[in-house]
Amino acid sequence: MSRLSGAQQIELLERSSVSFASSIQKPYLVAAPEVKILQINVGKWCNQACRHCHVDASPARTERMDDATARRCLAIAQDLPNLEVIDLTGGAPEGHEVFPLLIEGARSLDKRVIDRCNLTILSEPGYEHIPAYLAEHRVEVVASLPHFSAQRTDHQRGKGVFDRSLAGLKKLNELGYGTALPLHLVYNPSGAFLAGDQTSLEKEFKHKLLNQFGITFTGLYALNNLPISRFLESLVRANQFKEYMEVLAQAFNPKTLPGLMCRHQINVGFDGFIYDCDFNQMLDLPVENRMDIWNFDLTTYLNRKIRIHNHCYGCTAGAGSSCGGSIE
Amino acid sequence: MANYFESEDLKKFGNIKRVNPELGQKFFDYYGAVMAEGALSAREKALIALAVSHALKCPYCIDAYTTTCLEKGADETQMNEAVHVAAAMAAGINLVHGVQMMNHIDKLSV
Repeated sequence: MSRLSGAQQIELLERSSVSFASSIQKPYLVAAPEVKILQINVGKWCNQACRHCHVDASPARTERMDDATARRCLAIAQDLPNLEVIDLTGGAPEGHEVFPLLIEGARSLDKRVIDRCNLTILSEPGYEHIPAYLAEHRVEVVASLPHFSAQRTDHQRGKGVFDRSLAGLKKLNELGYGTALPLHLVYNPSGAFLAGDQTSLEKEFKHKLLNQFGITFTGLYALNNLPISRFLESLVRANQFKEYMEVLAQAFNPKTLPGLMCRHQINVGFDGFIYDCDFNQMLDLPVENRMDIWNFDLTTYLNRKIRIHNHCYGCTAGAGSSCGGSIE
Repeated sequence: MANYFESEDLKKFGNIKRVNPELGQKFFDYYGAVMAEGALSAREKALIALAVSHALKCPYCIDAYTTTCLEKGADETQMNEAVHVAAAMAAGINLVHGVQMMNHIDKLSV
């Protein structure tokens, strides 16, 4: 478990020699005129405890969304005129009681639904039905796979995770994922360096996974590691924090700003509080005026100032980084 | 300056344009074009560059291309093989000079 509170992480980010506010020449970002994505973080329980997890999720975490909160999220989704996607994340969303309620509720609203899946949950006892359930409801799967080599994946996510991830991918392939149904993989660097070119990495992943394991997938999302939570602690422990922040800041790319996910989404925590993004949620940086789903007002939300800090370099470095991969 | 090689100096590479900026820029443009995706992928080129970094024993280049290889998705096994290619080439280059030595032995052995 991360030993740093949100406030302590902010304090560390504050001490960095770089300044995101200086890079964008103002202390906030402006929201896009419409909300396209409702990202719901159902809670911090997860069957894994990965080294880079920005949520600090693990089997020991007990934070879980309740039914009333989930139903209120769906009511908000119904009222959002331009909403396209309901994006479920955690933790391992499949291990939370509200998962079927949200999936079926979102599908009945005729929205695209994304399940951010860690793949190993699919082989946990009691969860064997999940792949067929996802396929039945035509849920889009976005699955974590840090690398096509066992060594780099297991280093980041735990011993044996690579083999279990491949088993999960094979199950999904058998159900039509990767061909008839969308299956995206998420790559993030296994250390203090930037994600490379998404197109090249996707080509490499497709070649390796098909030729070595017979696995197909739709596309790859290449994400940068944000300097928060467990990854921030690892950077500090390895005396790499200053250098990594400089790497991120040197790679700052203003062309990524219009596509930043915080400008186009609502992020909801398990307790119903609203955030600009999942990273701000983990830093305890609630949206301006501390809005929650019970007092949510779209006009106020769209006119808010998006809260930024130096971790935002992670989403704006190189080709940029978002829950949908590189931005540029 | 405490050491001949300071890792922080790599960041100052661009300063090489302090005089003759046009020539410096031509080098960086050429360098960028060579390393871009082409018939060889950027990852393959980074692995070649990593091997050359070792062959020419450049600490700046080893740091830079280790990072680049990782960014491009290479894993440690691939990078290690690239270093072995450099090592094998260096060994072969040394050994092949043994032919010159043998030629000279034969020439003198009259």
